[in-house]
Amino acid sequence: MNFELTAEQQEAKIKFRKFVDKYVAPAAAEYDRHEETPMELINAMAQEGYLGALVGENIDPLTWGFLCEEVGHASGSLVSLLTVHSMVIQALVKWGTDEQRNKWLPYLATGEVIAGFGLTEVKTGSDARNAQTTAVQDGDSYILTGQKKWISFGQVANLFLILAQVEGKATAFLVEREREGFSTEPIKNMLGFRSAMLASLHMNNCRIPASNMVGRIGFGFSHVAGTALDQGRYCIAWGCLGLAQGCVDASLAYSTERKQFGVSLKEHQLIQELVADMITQTQAARMLCYNAAFLREIKDPSVIMETSMAKYFASRNALKVASDAVQIHGANGCSDNYPVERHFRDAKIMEIIEGSNQMQQIIISRYGYQSYITASALTT
Amino acid sequence: MTTEDIMPKLTKFVGQYVNINEITNDLDLFASGRVNSLFAMQLVLFVEKEFGFKVENEDLDYENFKSIDAILGFIQRKLAPAA
Ligand SMILES: Cc1cc2nc3c(=O)[nH]c(=O)nc-3n(C[C@H](O)[C@H](O)[C@H](O)COP(=O)(O)OP(=O)(O)OC[C@H]3O[C@@H](n4cnc5c(N)ncnc54)[C@H](O)[C@@H]3O)c2cc1C
Repeated sequence: MNFELTAEQQEAKIKFRKFVDKYVAPAAAEYDRHEETPMELINAMAQEGYLGALVGENIDPLTWGFLCEEVGHASGSLVSLLTVHSMVIQALVKWGTDEQRNKWLPYLATGEVIAGFGLTEVKTGSDARNAQTTAVQDGDSYILTGQKKWISFGQVANLFLILAQVEGKATAFLVEREREGFSTEPIKNMLGFRSAMLASLHMNNCRIPASNMVGRIGFGFSHVAGTALDQGRYCIAWGCLGLAQGCVDASLAYSTERKQFGVSLKEHQLIQELVADMITQTQAARMLCYNAAFLREIKDPSVIMETSMAKYFASRNALKVASDAVQIHGANGCSDNYPVERHFRDAKIMEIIEGSNQMQQIIISRYGYQSYITASALTT
Repeated sequence: MTTEDIMPKLTKFVGQYVNINEITNDLDLFASGRVNSLFAMQLVLFVEKEFGFKVENEDLDYENFKSIDAILGFIQRKLAPAA
């Protein structure tokens, strides 16, 4: 693995940081307070080509990671826009029909269409494969009935990838916002991701053409959502890295300026201990993200597990680092005058979305045991 | 590519996730609960990288993936020259 960045990658990283410093960082707290991401910001991201970067593979995995990292440095909520939009793009690129790809990818690329990912329901979260929304065939149509909950950017997205059961088999469908029988309801007052414009989705005898099915009957969870969730975990891992780095940077600045007992906080050894751990653990998360990027580049099957590990570690680290950053900021860290308070709330969300950390632990440990058995079989 | 060329690669891959000594080549890996949902995507990446073809929308058929024998047949069909 070569960690040396190409000139293009270095330039892209700087460009992303400049964009975030100009458009995201100054207003992120206000968007959080108002629980909204304004369309101007979404359009600005679209105009830079960030929303559609994965259409036509115009961007390598590492550079895409940098984009999520830089956005995460200022706003976890906005990372989730990149996440859900790109999850639907990846699912369509891999499993869409030519007709679906030709119809939707150009609009998803320009951001004229914003995508949402509808898997979770009131009664099924981690066990999403058993979602209860149904799709019943009626001639050339399917009729969808059910509700999705906690859908990021569900208030503004106009195209949703929805998981539903066709005769008990998990199947994925595209559902356009304007379909009759489809409606959304905003969800407010979340702990974190407050500007991610969450919504519940209601499908009440919502008729869609059969050609809106993505993949085949029974492959909606394992393959279509599987592709999307792998992309989601990748984005979230990098977003968590950015969030943690944002907390490290804020803590370095604050502990330099703030004086107690006649010296700046950074002179106190217990603060140095906190900062040293924050920096080191964040660097460890970065290595896992780089590793996942490398495996993505060479399309190695191990990328799925390694991305799960990157998401697991980076989100745990983001929460720990954000908590320590609040500690270093004292009461200021508990007020919304400083970004670490928002990062702390957003970091908790990162441990729950794209497969909760318990789900990651289950699959990682299972993989570990199997690797042990395989290795033992080779040596006996 | 012959069965002899494909089988060692395939069993080595499946062996990373399943105790290969405990299963027969016709065992339904999914129905027997031996693999989790991530295996499905790992399998797609494996056959694409190792054998150089794309798994497409129309290949999404349970009969192509359910057992070692099924995967072998799928790989052979995909690699066979178009009639
Ligand atoms: C801000 C936000 C944005 C979201 N955006 C989206 C979105 O865009 N699209 C979408 O589809 N969903 C979205 N979600 C939903 C999210 O994916 C789910 O919350 C997540 O999958 C967990 O499901 P759950 O909340 O129902 O928790 P549950 O599945 O009920 O789990 C509750 C707790 O039990 C643990 N648990 C469950 N099963 C086990 C087990 N077998 N062993 C050990 N522990 C277990 C979980 O880890 C968790 O800690 C979002 C959620 C949030 C908070």
